[in-house]
Amino acid sequence: MAGKRVGILALQGAFLEHESAFKRCGAQTSLVRRAEQIKTLDALVIPGGESTAMGTLMTRFGLDQAIISKARAGMPVWGTCAGMILLAREVVASKQPTLGLMDIAVRRNAFGRQVDSFEAELVIEGIGITRGVFIRAPYVERVWGETKILCEYQEKIVMVEENNLLATSFHPELTETLDIQKYFLQKA
Amino acid sequence: MTEKGTYVVKTGLAQMLKGGVIMDVTSAEQAKMAEEAGACAVMALERVPADIRSAGGVARMADPSVVIKIMEAVTIPVMAKCRIGHFVEAQVLEALGVDYIDESEVLTPADEKFHVHKHDFKVPFVCGAKNLGEALRRIGEGAAMIRTKGEPGTGNVVEAVKHIRQVNAEIRWICSLPQEELMAAAKEIQAPYELLQEVVRLQKLPVVNFAAGGIATPSDAALMMQLGCDGIFVGSGIFKSSDPMRRARSIVAATTYYNDPQVLAEISKNLGEAMSGLEIRTIKEEERMQDRGW
Repeated sequence: MAGKRVGILALQGAFLEHESAFKRCGAQTSLVRRAEQIKTLDALVIPGGESTAMGTLMTRFGLDQAIISKARAGMPVWGTCAGMILLAREVVASKQPTLGLMDIAVRRNAFGRQVDSFEAELVIEGIGITRGVFIRAPYVERVWGETKILCEYQEKIVMVEENNLLATSFHPELTETLDIQKYFLQKA
Repeated sequence: MTEKGTYVVKTGLAQMLKGGVIMDVTSAEQAKMAEEAGACAVMALERVPADIRSAGGVARMADPSVVIKIMEAVTIPVMAKCRIGHFVEAQVLEALGVDYIDESEVLTPADEKFHVHKHDFKVPFVCGAKNLGEALRRIGEGAAMIRTKGEPGTGNVVEAVKHIRQVNAEIRWICSLPQEELMAAAKEIQAPYELLQEVVRLQKLPVVNFAAGGIATPSDAALMMQLGCDGIFVGSGIFKSSDPMRRARSIVAATTYYNDPQVLAEISKNLGEAMSGLEIRTIKEEERMQDRGW
């Protein structure tokens, strides 16, 4: 897994935190702001931030089509928080445009506003126990097709996988452990 | 066990705002426009700083009904301002459920000596700073995010540039000191010693640092980003310009593509009139907002 070229979408949000975590895993990282950078990647991370801000820039600068076609061809993509929303085929009670890659319906700000943001211990299938940081986090309301549920917290779905695609409601880039990064790199 | 209002959660939201633009808005319509333009958060106000400046008198926390209407209109985080030291305004804003409180020099200070003890709150705070000592005092009181003060409501970026350069210069100076000189440096700039040690370890401020005060054009935003800010607050600069939607979209793109002059040239075209600016020297010393805060 060392030396894999991992791009971090750097339009807005916590992209530097992801970059530093993947560097610690030994991956070759790059910050992605232009469509032509996508084709040279082994994997892509869509970070936390504001999904509307990132979505607007993604469309305006033509990155959306490049990501969709490369992901459909098998490139692993991991979305955290806002990234999960952008991967979803459906956003509950919203007409916001997304990449529509994963068979999931996501509810935004589903745990409440910032005063309800929280940290908690999670148990993830195939990975084990980890600490989850949830910030104005979404959760998955429904999955279909080939999507598998990897983690639930208080009966809400907070981590899912669909072949080359991975999505988390929480922020592994804000905690010390690299288990989820390593799990994702195995796909690349 | 679920833990709310922790340091990680408070500073975490600021980390999610990075690389983005936080826009001042005074109505639900403006808030929706900001969201559509790609703002990463909005600041809910009754009046933008330029209007506060021209109205004079005592500027206070916004009417809760204004803040609530804005919170209902958008899905992005909503911030609101309380007066320096006015911990009850802060309690009210927390009760309303705002996502961030700006303890702001734009409003008339309620306390001439003390700021709010921000550790007491679950909601995170952002505070202004002109230099490293001021930034670390605010972080010591519990601020989870810092911004330059600039000179609000002027459309003149010169003070924001001065403040980020000052903070950067002091960080370089602190990092160059031998261990035994650090305590005296802490005394000199009136900063908590432990936080100064943290700055040396990280080689930067321990929390996210945005630019604020006087940003009016996409190039202003890119300038502040190239000087090392993590993101941008735009106050009067958008809704006091002739074409707010175009200008807002352009400043958002400039904050992402701050290092790409080709893109900056493209997005700076045909934006209409920027807000009319104010020369800093024409503002009387006692009317300068940046000198509020201690």
